[in-house]
Amino acid sequence: MSNYTDELVDFDVALEKYDPVLGFEVHVELNTKTKMFSDAPNAFGDAPNTNVTPVDLGLPGVLPVVNKTAVEYSILIGLALNCKIAERCGFARKNYFYPDTPKNFQTSQYDDPIAYDGWIDIELEDGEIFRVEIERAHMEEDAGKLTHMGGSTGRIQGADYSLVDYNRSGVPLVEIVTKTIEGAGKRAPELAKAYVAAIREIVKNLGVSDAKMERGNVRCDANVSLMLKGADKFGTRTETKNVNSLRAVEHAVHFEIERHAAVLDSGAKIVQETRHWHEDTRSTTSGRPKSDADDYRYFPEPDLVPIVTTAEWVEELRSRLPEPPADRRKRLKADWGYADKEFRDVVNAGVLDEIEATIAAGTSAAVARKWWMGEIARLAKAADKEIADLGVTPATIVELNSLITSKKINDKIARQVLEFVVDGEGTPNEIVEKRSLAVVNDDDALGKAVDEAMAAMPDVVEKIKGGKMQAIGALMGPVMKATRGQADAGRVREIVIEKLGL
Amino acid sequence: MSAISREDLVHLAQLAHIEMSGAELDKMTGELGVIVDAIASVSEVASSDIPATSHPIPLTNVLREDVVGQTLSIDEVLLNAPDSDSDRFRVPAILDGE
Repeated sequence: MSNYTDELVDFDVALEKYDPVLGFEVHVELNTKTKMFSDAPNAFGDAPNTNVTPVDLGLPGVLPVVNKTAVEYSILIGLALNCKIAERCGFARKNYFYPDTPKNFQTSQYDDPIAYDGWIDIELEDGEIFRVEIERAHMEEDAGKLTHMGGSTGRIQGADYSLVDYNRSGVPLVEIVTKTIEGAGKRAPELAKAYVAAIREIVKNLGVSDAKMERGNVRCDANVSLMLKGADKFGTRTETKNVNSLRAVEHAVHFEIERHAAVLDSGAKIVQETRHWHEDTRSTTSGRPKSDADDYRYFPEPDLVPIVTTAEWVEELRSRLPEPPADRRKRLKADWGYADKEFRDVVNAGVLDEIEATIAAGTSAAVARKWWMGEIARLAKAADKEIADLGVTPATIVELNSLITSKKINDKIARQVLEFVVDGEGTPNEIVEKRSLAVVNDDDALGKAVDEAMAAMPDVVEKIKGGKMQAIGALMGPVMKATRGQADAGRVREIVIEKLGL
Repeated sequence: MSAISREDLVHLAQLAHIEMSGAELDKMTGELGVIVDAIASVSEVASSDIPATSHPIPLTNVLREDVVGQTLSIDEVLLNAPDSDSDRFRVPAILDGE
């Protein structure tokens, strides 16, 4: 494992002395049907080297052809990030020698990205908005996957050889690069997490990426540097590569701030380098020294012609943009009238869509929240499942609620019915029918049960007659027993009062 | 005057993971220099009112619909592989990669 020996300075202490400066490069894998430059399938999890054409292997004489949908998805991402879209841009070769690309270069964009100069507003946990400026979003292709074999750890260190699968080679990527982010202070780790979460949410909402971080659909390289408070010159940065969960992004930035502070406090200098993130020890270790951009010897890709985007094309794409997630949240929160915390909990539970659909079907916002955040969340937790995977649909809640409002069942029985729904017994109506759960509120049956209860408890009847209305409660037990718990308590009370002529 | 120095060539050889002897470096420095000089002569006739191009034919937007086509079989994929294992290319472990 990572045998890191770095000294650290406590996070809060570090931030009394230094201001962190951040920058992020987020790679988004597009979910097009085919690759960026070849018509091989863009699919995850297939048998090794089955989604490969001569183009993906970089065989002599092949010609790449750009995937139109990938270009459109890239423009959509640019527009969603409030970027300008280049009227004309091209591809370039980024040259490096490593077996993850059989071509010895990655086809990318260099000085003319398809989208540039954008911004997004990041909402932090307490609702504070932090604007992150976007430098550029450019098109490129993913590399093949290396598996390091031999050695003891499965990591590259100590490996004897590597096996290469080129299925991922050529999968369309959009790399989103921020401008330098200053002023986050001690919220830098939180901002890092929130930024990546926002990018993930945007590309998912656009439908251009599956956006699953655990599958590498969204990958983050986090740049961190520290500068003395009041200084006007940035410190040397490190780039922590492939931090592939939201929590890891937060932890990696936190760790690098503590490590940088210790190095700087000791009088040493930060080495500009890539760092590897280790989830097990929540630390980074030194990768390779950062090479200068010149080392990649970018030059225009001679096999591809420029992309020209007409205003008409861009506007057509703009018209396809869905409502931005942040706007939608703002709108829904206002519509539903939830308190800040209530709404945040709903967002964090991931049931915005469910509650929206439940409300759209005619349930009140309060009732929808009560069910999704209450009983359904409890059942999901008990089953160790995501709420969305529980098998409860907005239709279930609408049906359940109408059973309650029509007084066919009460709240308590509704909760039982919901459990039966989760167990796969059918819809609420079917379950109430099949299990005879409907509340007994027909007056003949209730009246009979009340008569029996009053006959059995004359002392209670006397108390009620004497004005002690709460004594009616003592009659509930026998009545409920006689009706197997399905009596409507309100109606029972009315009947008692009627019978005693009060 | 060549634009390629011996140091440039050492650097390039490193980037390309190619081991070169001193004699080879000397020879290649001269040869690459000749090539670079030859290409540089283009700039003598290039005029500033014509934008640089990377393609001889003025085409744009050569795009393909997003439709899956034919892939190679595993045997074809690995046909030229110097070494393979479990349907994958087998390569030496290289430490300094991305």
